[in-house]
Amino acid sequence: MHPFAYVAPNTVAEAVAVLAEHGDRARPLAGGTDLLVKARANVWELDAVVDVKNIPELMSLSVNGDGLSIGAGVPCYQVYENEEIQAQYPGIVDGASIIGGIQVQSRAGLGGNLCNAAPSADGIPSLIAYGAVAKISGSNGNREVAIEDFATGPSRTVLDNDELLTSIEVPKPAANSGAAYTRFIPRNEMDIAVAAVGAFVQLDSSGQNFESARIALASVGPTPILAKAAGDSLAGKPVNDESIDAAAALAKDAATPITDMRGTVDQRKHLVEVLTGRMLRQAVERARG
Amino acid sequence: MTTNFPSKVHITTTINGQQHELLVPGYMSLLDTLRELIGLTGTKEGCLDGNCGACTVNVDGRIVDSCLVLGAEVDGKEVKTVEGMATPEGLHPLQQAFLEEAALQCGICTPGFLVAAKGLLDNEPSPSEGRIRHWLAGNLCRCTGYDKIVRAVQKASS
Repeated sequence: MHPFAYVAPNTVAEAVAVLAEHGDRARPLAGGTDLLVKARANVWELDAVVDVKNIPELMSLSVNGDGLSIGAGVPCYQVYENEEIQAQYPGIVDGASIIGGIQVQSRAGLGGNLCNAAPSADGIPSLIAYGAVAKISGSNGNREVAIEDFATGPSRTVLDNDELLTSIEVPKPAANSGAAYTRFIPRNEMDIAVAAVGAFVQLDSSGQNFESARIALASVGPTPILAKAAGDSLAGKPVNDESIDAAAALAKDAATPITDMRGTVDQRKHLVEVLTGRMLRQAVERARG
Repeated sequence: MTTNFPSKVHITTTINGQQHELLVPGYMSLLDTLRELIGLTGTKEGCLDGNCGACTVNVDGRIVDSCLVLGAEVDGKEVKTVEGMATPEGLHPLQQAFLEEAALQCGICTPGFLVAAKGLLDNEPSPSEGRIRHWLAGNLCRCTGYDKIVRAVQKASS
């Protein structure tokens, strides 16, 4: 591992200044469960890591009338152990609770999962499905980016070298809505998705019709994917096998997987169709309470 | 903040109840800090990438893989390792149960399993078998297998 300096600033401005000074030779450190692995494998040669955990706003987690705000350094266990988040954002809990084992979940968070930009990131599909937004601070000010636009390729994001993810803002789910996320893995735990699907649905007050839906896929393209046509196809449709199966077929069309050691193109596309149907039905169940 | 990075970071940390003041290189893992600077070699190095859990320690009440934590990050924190489990009066109940259930062969994974299991039982004294297996999914054993380990943790449960 290339020797690097460790700095732990107390403000976003100081963190951004260090990142700006070092360009691609500095990285923010949140949970470190990807960063230290990549530094050790010399994927990244770093001169400095910027620990963000002393910056209060990056460690804050709040649920209020506007929605859910997840500081970029908040670890997974704080998200999935939070009873308000369990009640209001079950799709996010589904993802956060299967990233690594308990040790990893003590450190790894959704902010890091987003910035690491793995195509298989378990934390990202539900954030896309809920319509979440990434808040970014940099040398030239602040900006917001929709989660589905954040990753630009495997391990690549919209962040410039002098920019820092500060929080993820998830809008408050509408009444009669529900969400769910799952992945297919050949083991029970501690594995990387062969394919994964997150779904968010909003039903009408009768609970019998879709008002809107958002479906997001992982491990079936260079980045997590918003399957927009699949979700949009459900607007105004009754909740039944026909509408759900049609949306699942559209989600399958949106998948652009490769064949690798985890699965083939055909298997992954098939999995997307099956998992989309399952997650839509589970999201509906949750929406109906 | 942006210039004159110290090559080493000055930290004060409590390890198994004892306060230590250390100068750690910024890139040194907590695992190496414990083994190389403090001489606490009970914590083992396995995969070095967060899969095997052999290096599990407890930091401020949460179990972590010490290979994926920097020593500099535990400034002001309380670290507990396998060396902190037994007392002069005897082994920790988990250690005793591992012996009685023959829950180890080569022993490399054992400190990680013990610290991880203690992290569970400290908060949930009577977990189900399923809960134990889920909690220990981040710890790998290549010789004993998991049944004996799970039985030992069940035996140490109240």
